Amino acid sequence: MNAPLLSVTGLTMRFGGLVAVDGVNLTAETNRITALIGPNGAGKTTIFNCLTGFYKPTSGELTLNRPGQLPVSLQTLPGYQVSRHGVVRTFQNIRLFPRMTVLENLLVAQHVGLMKKAAFGVAGLIGLKGWRTAEKEAIDRARFWIERLDLTSVADEEAGNLSYGVQRRVEIARAMNTNPLLLCLDEPAAGLNPKETGVLGELLQGIREQFGIGILLIEHDMGLVMGISDRIHVVEYGRKIAEGTPEQIRSDERVIKAYLGEPDEEELPAIVAEDVAGQEGGRA
Amino acid sequence: MDASALGTFLQYLINGLALGAIYGLIAIGYTMVYGIIRMINFAHGEIYMIGAFVAVTTFSILAAAGVTSVPLALLLVLVMAIAFTAAYGWTVERVAYRPLRGAPKLAPLISAIGMSILLQNYVMQTQGARPKPLAPVMNGGVTLWQGDGFAVNVSYIQLFIILLTVALMVGFTQLINRTALGRAQRACEQDRTMAGLLGINVDRTISLTFVMGAALAAVAGVLVTMYYGVIDFYIGFLAGMKAFTAAVLGGIGSLPGAMLGGLLIGLIEAFFTGYVSGAYKDVASFSVLILVLVFRPTGLMGRPDIEKV
Repeated sequence: MNAPLLSVTGLTMRFGGLVAVDGVNLTAETNRITALIGPNGAGKTTIFNCLTGFYKPTSGELTLNRPGQLPVSLQTLPGYQVSRHGVVRTFQNIRLFPRMTVLENLLVAQHVGLMKKAAFGVAGLIGLKGWRTAEKEAIDRARFWIERLDLTSVADEEAGNLSYGVQRRVEIARAMNTNPLLLCLDEPAAGLNPKETGVLGELLQGIREQFGIGILLIEHDMGLVMGISDRIHVVEYGRKIAEGTPEQIRSDERVIKAYLGEPDEEELPAIVAEDVAGQEGGRA
Repeated sequence: MDASALGTFLQYLINGLALGAIYGLIAIGYTMVYGIIRMINFAHGEIYMIGAFVAVTTFSILAAAGVTSVPLALLLVLVMAIAFTAAYGWTVERVAYRPLRGAPKLAPLISAIGMSILLQNYVMQTQGARPKPLAPVMNGGVTLWQGDGFAVNVSYIQLFIILLTVALMVGFTQLINRTALGRAQRACEQDRTMAGLLGINVDRTISLTFVMGAALAAVAGVLVTMYYGVIDFYIGFLAGMKAFTAAVLGGIGSLPGAMLGGLLIGLIEAFFTGYVSGAYKDVASFSVLILVLVFRPTGLMGRPDIEKV
């Protein structure tokens, strides 16, 4: 059996006395949608931040196995190198370049390849042929995603002026323009209405099928998670408490307990947990 | 208005345009660096001064080597000045600002002031404190209009300053708006973290921004040397202040704003010198700055920074 695209082993992230992620193991495979769920403050976004070079994990291994290439330890890469190796993420609170058009946002995502062909932009300035072809290809690729995500009518508008749901789609389109092996989505359905969420689910499945990439998904919308995930990992208080298919997770006692609480549980731990969640949200 | 008054007005306008072009070139460096790392690079005026010194040195070396062709000499001087100041710009960022990335905003600002003093004294020690003269490189000019007891002249050097500046600004705007490098710079300006996550090497993009700003300042240094024919180690201070004023006037962070601001400061100085008093020309430009900041704090072309909550 091949090594999984992403394999995380013993990931631990400490902030002073707070252990946000504690020895988590998880894998994400090519051509699969892997979901990461758990109550607020469970450490899901922290895991993403470790994956994409935001945080240097206290300990643990984050290995990316690219087909036909040597494995890479993601935790040793500087932030800007992570996407060059094929891992890209989106944010819970959307982070587009607000004063650039949608098309430009997608072109920025193709920067690395373009710069190589453009000799630091000098070739672009004097309009060399190699650069023009590269730029045209980049625009074609961006246009493909603009059409695919139904953004044609807003392609030349500044991203900051678009509505929330549209910005989400732009963010996914932009991530796909980096040509990723693993697409990490942090709550892509947050703020979407049920209809938009349905469209998003179909889109993610479509991307997975058409491009065979791995998708790692943090999401609170259980309908979406159960509907499209191939495998689900559940974390609570920084620890992984369950892993399995949607059917297994749905009936897992620990998961139900984590989400609904025990019948006779005192209220204090819940309040504390919410507080920790608030702090974590502020950091991310 | 009679013909003579109109002629005088036109003459001041031409002088102001040439001066404004130079301020605009320096101001671009301030505004770009501010845009990308939200810091005022107070050592930028010194970079311009170093450009002027490289120009004087290269001109005298070329004269000693017997180069008599003015276009060739100019080209070589520009290339040398740009190469040297680009290296200085890169180094200043590398040693004085990059280690302070993420530090409180005041730290790089103080570091910049220190860098400015250091560069001034370094040039004073190595080149001497006395003003350095340069024999005129470009003589003559054209008389646009001659009337009863007055003439409107454009010297070739003024013409050269204005044309070169326009060409550089057009090229530069293209670079920022149309190339991958310019896109990366704008991306870093708007969200540095996200730019990094998309594979842009943010540190290198910032370094290149300093290099580009320094190159434009070098051109300004060369032009000023040829225009005034005399420089000293202290010229960077006032020119830097004026260009900074120009950048703020136009709206700091805005490229067209810096160009417009430079032009306005140049024109204000030229007209104030002509019609009121040359001794108080600096008062005039800084007063305009204060007025603009009172009534339009974001500058003429700046965008208000609205924080969404």
